[in-house]
Amino acid sequence: MDLLRLATAGSVDDGKSTLIGRLLYDSKAVLADQLAHVEERSVDGLDLALLTDGLRAEREQGITIDVAYRSFATPRRRFILADCPGHAQYTRNMVTGASTADLALLLVDARQGLTEQSRRHAAIAALLEVEHVIVAVNKMDLVGYAEDVFDGIVRDVIELGAAIGLHKTDFIPISALKGDNVVERSAQMPWYDGPPLLERLETVPVEPPAVHGARLPVQLVLRGEGGTRWAAGRLAAGSLKAGDEVVVLPSGTRTRVAEVRDADGLAEVVDAPLSVSVRLEDEVDLARGELIAAADDAPSPTRELTATVCWLGDRPARPGDRFQLKHGTRSVPAKLDSVDGRIDFESLEWPGAEELRLNDIAHVKIRLGGEIAADAYARCHATGAFILVDESSLDTVAAGMVS
Amino acid sequence: MTAISTPALSHLRALEAEAIHVIREVAAERERPALLFSGGKDSIVLVRLAQKAFAPGKVPFPLLHIDTGHNFPEVIAFRDKLVQESDLTLLVGSVQKSIDDGRVREETGPRASRNRLQTVTLLDAIAEHRLDACFGGARRDEERSRAKERVLSLRDDFGQWDPRRQRPELWDLYNARVRPGEHLRAFPISNWTELDVWQYIAQEELELPSIYMAHEREVFERDGMLYATSDFITLMDGEEPFTASVRYRTVGDMSCTGAVRSTAGTLPDVVAEIAATNITERGETRADDRATEAAMEDRKREGYF
Repeated sequence: MDLLRLATAGSVDDGKSTLIGRLLYDSKAVLADQLAHVEERSVDGLDLALLTDGLRAEREQGITIDVAYRSFATPRRRFILADCPGHAQYTRNMVTGASTADLALLLVDARQGLTEQSRRHAAIAALLEVEHVIVAVNKMDLVGYAEDVFDGIVRDVIELGAAIGLHKTDFIPISALKGDNVVERSAQMPWYDGPPLLERLETVPVEPPAVHGARLPVQLVLRGEGGTRWAAGRLAAGSLKAGDEVVVLPSGTRTRVAEVRDADGLAEVVDAPLSVSVRLEDEVDLARGELIAAADDAPSPTRELTATVCWLGDRPARPGDRFQLKHGTRSVPAKLDSVDGRIDFESLEWPGAEELRLNDIAHVKIRLGGEIAADAYARCHATGAFILVDESSLDTVAAGMVS
Repeated sequence: MTAISTPALSHLRALEAEAIHVIREVAAERERPALLFSGGKDSIVLVRLAQKAFAPGKVPFPLLHIDTGHNFPEVIAFRDKLVQESDLTLLVGSVQKSIDDGRVREETGPRASRNRLQTVTLLDAIAEHRLDACFGGARRDEERSRAKERVLSLRDDFGQWDPRRQRPELWDLYNARVRPGEHLRAFPISNWTELDVWQYIAQEELELPSIYMAHEREVFERDGMLYATSDFITLMDGEEPFTASVRYRTVGDMSCTGAVRSTAGTLPDVVAEIAATNITERGETRADDRATEAAMEDRKREGYF
């Protein structure tokens, strides 16, 4: 059984909690005692949305505060679902959830069509290059299961997707409340000939990233028998085996792989995204923060980045502000050099801006106090992504993607 | 570059890789981590993951057991054997000592439990050993407030968790920085379910304390749950001990951990039973979570595991 990570996003009141509740309920991830708890608190029938409320403040205020992670499984697949609330700080939450997702499930209310928030969610899925997108047009029961309403929203999303570079997108008309096209095919919409949502989630191919040169960010160096040294880390891309020519970055030292280990011990070959350790042939100096890369396909170390950042911090940032940048396992001082344009989700243009505020997404230039070996995010997510940490609060204040 | 197709990674392999990554990241970025070890299945899985994370080297941090004094003897025997055979270091924080020192007051009455007292002992142990990170075996499927907690959860000077001030976690880039006095709780198996844990135990052929398998035990019924008779629990009127075939789904204090009726005496039998169950492990076996609707959330805010 394989694993699919998905992120769900939607505007307030579009029925996302009900949909997730239904997926959990119908896949039997909800057990009797949890159900009893929901039954007790449901006012009218079984309110599946109550399955996903977590914290007391949320129950008291009837809102969702933070990204919640839930697991469920069907006989075909194991799922980890990042539930991104549409309420406050939706960009921050959606970016967080989408960063680890193979698939983004975007909910659109059939009566509302594409709202500003839906446009924002779609744009984030595109910017973070989420591999698959499913647009679930919900509350079809409230528009009389009308095909033309669905078709209109499909047309709008396709137009938007072309402008923002959305990946493979599927469309499914559903009613989370009534269960239409969630687990069972709906009898109300014979005009829809695709699979119901759960079947689509079970069958979307989860492909490992297109194979290219190995990337191993070194987390730490382990000592083995006879003083051997093993570079341990999670393989971000590609594979490694004995004899492979590699380069250690940013120093540029070239050598070969002598032996590789996976979680079960010595191995012939190790593949991304496993946690591995490797021993190199020469006694090269190795330390946390270095990147072991395939010698014939290695990124160039740099002290300057052009990137897209999502601002997650409460305090605005301006050019000249300093941060700590974490890329892979390497942390270096960083200075925001310029803000070159901030996305306007209505026009999808990137007009100039003076500063970065919470939930902004912008093109920036960053100067670094040390070299990092980064790929373009589009080529390799794991070595093209970074975070910025505020030196005084120690909070994570930005998510970045190298252009 | 051409894409070549590789067989799909199994979900246990993917979860294992993620957990090892988290363990290594915290060990690399923090000075003094420890692994909170209860003798329960989740912390036993954590120990195996830590061993894998640092092989061929040794696990570079100690285990920390918060000992309520109300343990199942089988669990303590298991703990000591594991520590000895696996060349691990064990630290123990004693709730009895916290009581003797006047740091906490023992609850009284037939429903008395040392569950809540553990928090003080835990925070004292963290201060005494100057720990700046503690690995825990908590999982997001266990209980509702857990679903909102980060893999790396920041605790302030008082050990408190503030759900409104959590750091966003993006990709696998964890921010493990802490200020003096603060510490991290790290939950490497956050995304695992109870069934994943059991499947992993079966796959890795991990040894468990014997109470996880069906055995004959003297028990009594209270609030619809079966509890073992012991020196730590006082029977109330009408509670009659009897012998039944039971096993435990979770391991906590003898005073608040319930048993389930079962004849599953082997690991495959237990895995099959777990896959078919329709009640959560905490709902079925933990009196501590039944007390109030937000019981776990309240204890976590105070610094609980």
